[in-house]
Amino acid sequence: MDSVVIKGLTKKYKDITAVNGLDLTVRKGELFSLLGVNGAGKTTTIKMLSCLCEPDEGDAFLEGYSIVREKQAVKTVIAVSPQETAVAPNLTVKENLELMSGVCGSAKEKTVKKATEMAELFRLSEIWEKRAGRLSGGWQRRLSIAMALISEPKILFLDEPTLGLDVIARRELWDVINALKGQITIILTTHYMEEAESLSDRIAIMKSGRILAVGTADVIKANAKTDSFEDAFVKIVREGA
Amino acid sequence: MRKAVFAVRTAKEILRDPLNIAFGLGFPIVILVLLSVIQSNIPVELFEIDSLAPGVTIFGLSFMTLFSATLISKDRQGAFLQRLFTTPLTAADYIMGYTLPLLPIAFCQGIICYAAAIIMGLKISINILIAALAIIPISLFFTGLGLLCGSVLNDKQAGGICGALFTNLTAFLSGIWFDLDLLGDLKEFAFCLPFVHAVEIERSIVSGNYDGFSAHVFWVACYAVIVNIVSVCVFTKKMKCC
Repeated sequence: MDSVVIKGLTKKYKDITAVNGLDLTVRKGELFSLLGVNGAGKTTTIKMLSCLCEPDEGDAFLEGYSIVREKQAVKTVIAVSPQETAVAPNLTVKENLELMSGVCGSAKEKTVKKATEMAELFRLSEIWEKRAGRLSGGWQRRLSIAMALISEPKILFLDEPTLGLDVIARRELWDVINALKGQITIILTTHYMEEAESLSDRIAIMKSGRILAVGTADVIKANAKTDSFEDAFVKIVREGA
Repeated sequence: MRKAVFAVRTAKEILRDPLNIAFGLGFPIVILVLLSVIQSNIPVELFEIDSLAPGVTIFGLSFMTLFSATLISKDRQGAFLQRLFTTPLTAADYIMGYTLPLLPIAFCQGIICYAAAIIMGLKISINILIAALAIIPISLFFTGLGLLCGSVLNDKQAGGICGALFTNLTAFLSGIWFDLDLLGDLKEFAFCLPFVHAVEIERSIVSGNYDGFSAHVFWVACYAVIVNIVSVCVFTKKMKCC
């Protein structure tokens, strides 16, 4: 069963084509990574899929809803953890979680229950009453993902979730993301090869708004005839020039 | 429900920032006290408490613009607003969620300013309560401007333009600190802006003298409507291309 179906998605900014006729399908419960160098079109793709900007051509269907014609419906099945840490700084961890649940339309009782569940899943209890703006980068990222999950989305977009984190905080976040695998569809963008290889069911390598390769990490390595995934990535991107 | 949740968040973000409390409440009261001290030493008609208090109350509203603009621009820059744009919140939810919480804050600020003025000698009357209530519709102009500035400026620009330039414009072009006759030809320009009219609305209510009241209301209402229409258009346009 497909969760995301992308058909000919294109986005242009003046003379630059950021995403160029993208066709892609992501299955339900799959963790799918978009990899690419800066300017490859990963973030623009996520922005179009999450209804933050409109495509110039093409369409995408998320859980069957069109991102062009059914934006409000799309917004009820998705959640986004943006590249920048997007938390309300003067609200506590608990209040941030309750805010996201509330704006997604959950009743008060459900909001409280879900916030408690998120606290357990992400081990946020020790910082429960702390203001989000005073947390470390690692805790803010963790909270940011918890805020995305509290609305029980069917599709979760993680835009470079471990950017700028130290190795321990990154590994802890990997554990959290791994725990979510299979439960919801996750589309992840990252610059880190080992992150994509370790977490993803399938990976797409993008360059200049196009997909150069799609498959599991092993398939991509085999097709590129390299031993490491990073070598495969470099080879594919260079040859794709 | 959704807009209420968002509005509560707006109120918490503003009220939990100590700088907001210091500037929004502390600064107008300090001005009120200082000018009253000057008045007690060198009597000036403009600084008599029943003339000064309504002016300082309107001056305080300029901080609503600062609070609103700073919060919105920070939300935009920190990607928090981008995250919210992916939720089912509608444009109306955002606009009301950013604007409505500022109205009771403005009312409370007015009450505190008038309470301080009463301690300094303003005669207690029902007119003061009416004047405080009149702050709510007047503040729509200031909150609308905050929405507009927050939608187009970054937080540093919002701080500079709304915190320094706009608060001073409100003060100098409203006839609070000095007689507008001192501005010469600029006096006419000052009367084309809403600040002096907002001050005169408050002064009229406090004094119970309603001469020219409707003209002042007309000016402020026109500015409030125009600024809010423009800010809603700009905000919704920004929503579509973030």
